[in-house]
Amino acid sequence: MNLLNKFKDPKLCLNILAQIRAEINGEFRFMEVCGTHTMAIFQSGIRTLLPEQIVHLSGPGCPVCVTHDREIAAYLALSEKDLVIATFGDLIKVPGPGGRNLKMAQAEGARIKVVYSAFDALQIALENPDDKVVFLGVGFETTAPTVAAVIRMAREQGVGNFSVLSFHKLVPPALKALATDQQITVNGLLLPGHVSTIIGLEPYLFLAQEYKMPSVIGGFEPLDILQAILIMIRQKNQGQVEVVNNYKRVVSDKGNARAMEIMYDVFVTCDALWRGLGVIPDSGLAVRKQYQDFDASVVHDQKLPQVEEIPGCKCGEVLKGLISPDRCPLYGTRCTPARPVGPCMVSTEGSCAAYYKYRL
Amino acid sequence: MSERIILDYGSGGKASQRLIKDLFIKHFGNPSLNRLDDAALISGLEGCLSMSTDTFTVDPVFFPGGNIGSLAVHGTVNDVAMLGAIPKYISCAFILEEGLKMDDLNRIVSSMAMAAQDAGVLIVTGDTKVVPRGAVDRIFINTTGIGSVVAHPPPSGSRAVPGDMILVSGSIGDHGLAILSHRQGISFETDILSDSQALNHLIIKLIREVGDVHVLRDPTRGGLATTLNEIAQQSGVELFIEQEKIPVRQEVEGGCSFLGLDPLYLANEGKFICILPEKSAGKALEVMHADPAGQGAAIIGHVRQGRKGKVVLRTALGGHRLLDMLEGEQLPRIC
Repeated sequence: MNLLNKFKDPKLCLNILAQIRAEINGEFRFMEVCGTHTMAIFQSGIRTLLPEQIVHLSGPGCPVCVTHDREIAAYLALSEKDLVIATFGDLIKVPGPGGRNLKMAQAEGARIKVVYSAFDALQIALENPDDKVVFLGVGFETTAPTVAAVIRMAREQGVGNFSVLSFHKLVPPALKALATDQQITVNGLLLPGHVSTIIGLEPYLFLAQEYKMPSVIGGFEPLDILQAILIMIRQKNQGQVEVVNNYKRVVSDKGNARAMEIMYDVFVTCDALWRGLGVIPDSGLAVRKQYQDFDASVVHDQKLPQVEEIPGCKCGEVLKGLISPDRCPLYGTRCTPARPVGPCMVSTEGSCAAYYKYRL
Repeated sequence: MSERIILDYGSGGKASQRLIKDLFIKHFGNPSLNRLDDAALISGLEGCLSMSTDTFTVDPVFFPGGNIGSLAVHGTVNDVAMLGAIPKYISCAFILEEGLKMDDLNRIVSSMAMAAQDAGVLIVTGDTKVVPRGAVDRIFINTTGIGSVVAHPPPSGSRAVPGDMILVSGSIGDHGLAILSHRQGISFETDILSDSQALNHLIIKLIREVGDVHVLRDPTRGGLATTLNEIAQQSGVELFIEQEKIPVRQEVEGGCSFLGLDPLYLANEGKFICILPEKSAGKALEVMHADPAGQGAAIIGHVRQGRKGKVVLRTALGGHRLLDMLEGEQLPRIC
């Protein structure tokens, strides 16, 4: 048995579950802010094993789900120009205003390429010098550094037909917005493992210091998740709150300094629009002026269009943990994975899709 | 420079005739085909017949463990066999892209011939069209197969009843991952081979030695999860599946977790699901294990009343969740 299998070992997991059951004291609402956690919790069946007092909420942790309608409208508008759009697969089916998505744009003739990384997008630009290639930069701190590295590489190589439409977002400012929102009641935060590999522990410390919020960086195997829940419950019970890195086999407390340096060399923080959360100060990453030849919003003069909100869609309230997905009036009737109205239903990591796909 | 397919080969004239004689007759040759009439004269089919058609458009055309040619034979042979039938004859129609290398076509046709021989079917009629460059991606193949049903009553997706056991004939997801990893240009330490193979000989053994088999289905596109859902809906029952009993190769599991895919939704081209009464399950497993095509067979769950039309998965941890159908294609994810 290799080490990773240990973190799936049913015996060890059931042992932690028993401790959770023994120590839980009243209702405990925990929120994860990472799409991979959402999926892991549903797929492993943990939800059906936790005691009833534990309420699992999926916060704004899926980069596709928090992408604002106006941002979707912007890249759909770009796709109508004479460009090649390179994107991660997740965005292909996300509906924008009027239900339009990249798949429909492709059927109408837009040139859309699904890539695994921004490097592949740059490669497409190098191989097709007559085409202008735009990479859709949607994601958190996990992906932003590699996109930054690709922009630097493009500048070093003097590539003139490659640019990035940056809608990157930062997790800690969103957590701050959640912590200050009086409407939201959360007793603990399961912090995102992937994002933390880049930013480390420090950007989260305010959660314990200013907001007394039990917060644990956790991995994605069942044992990781259960341990994190147990630590949060203990912190709440004992009244001793701190930010814990419980994913040390992957996350260094200091994060990845090199990745952060590249990210902030190319990008600068800006106010960003989040679905459901609105404008959050300093929560986005814009391409710096000195790299503006690679900024698709400048090169192709693409602003954020004004759009109408999707009527009836409660993705915003779902993302804040105010309602469970099945409380949205569109859930399961007008909004299903086959015909999604909101992005939380289309993204494989969206909480509505997870609810629809996995809940018994 | 090697010879390439030109539009003349689909003209119906002399060039077409040359292609038929030098390539297709050479590899596929049999009395029905050699007559070169407008249609194949076939005999020996009696009683209930099973017939199926499928069009193959796989990218890449050559993949570890097979190519579009062997796949086109296995796919149709297996579909015909799933009604408890012995496949006898198949047709094949090619749509070729102008510029296709003759060597590649040769390789494809020769593996079709080998696959047909192994499966014991004759390719008795066919067609070739050549279309301008860009109109298709190199080569598309349609095959239609026909065979005699020997199972009475024949297996059907609508015959699963509570109490039945659910078996799969081997490891899940091999073909899908072999194709996807090559399409993405990602190779793994162990190259995963497609499981593309003919299942008809094993199916017939099962029918003859085990008796009444309620359901036989091959989980091709959409994978195991999607096919199980189809059966649950057709039969109006719940299928209860135990995750840890589903055979998945370690390399496939690793590759899937790397690419953000789920093996239960990946295509298989040489595996089948078998649902039958509990009392026959042990014998069925024995028959499968004794055949090269069923080495990894396992009982993965059972049929019950429960949630009609749904598939419920008991996870390795002991939790429960829905195992839903695939929605559209699986796409690589952001993080």
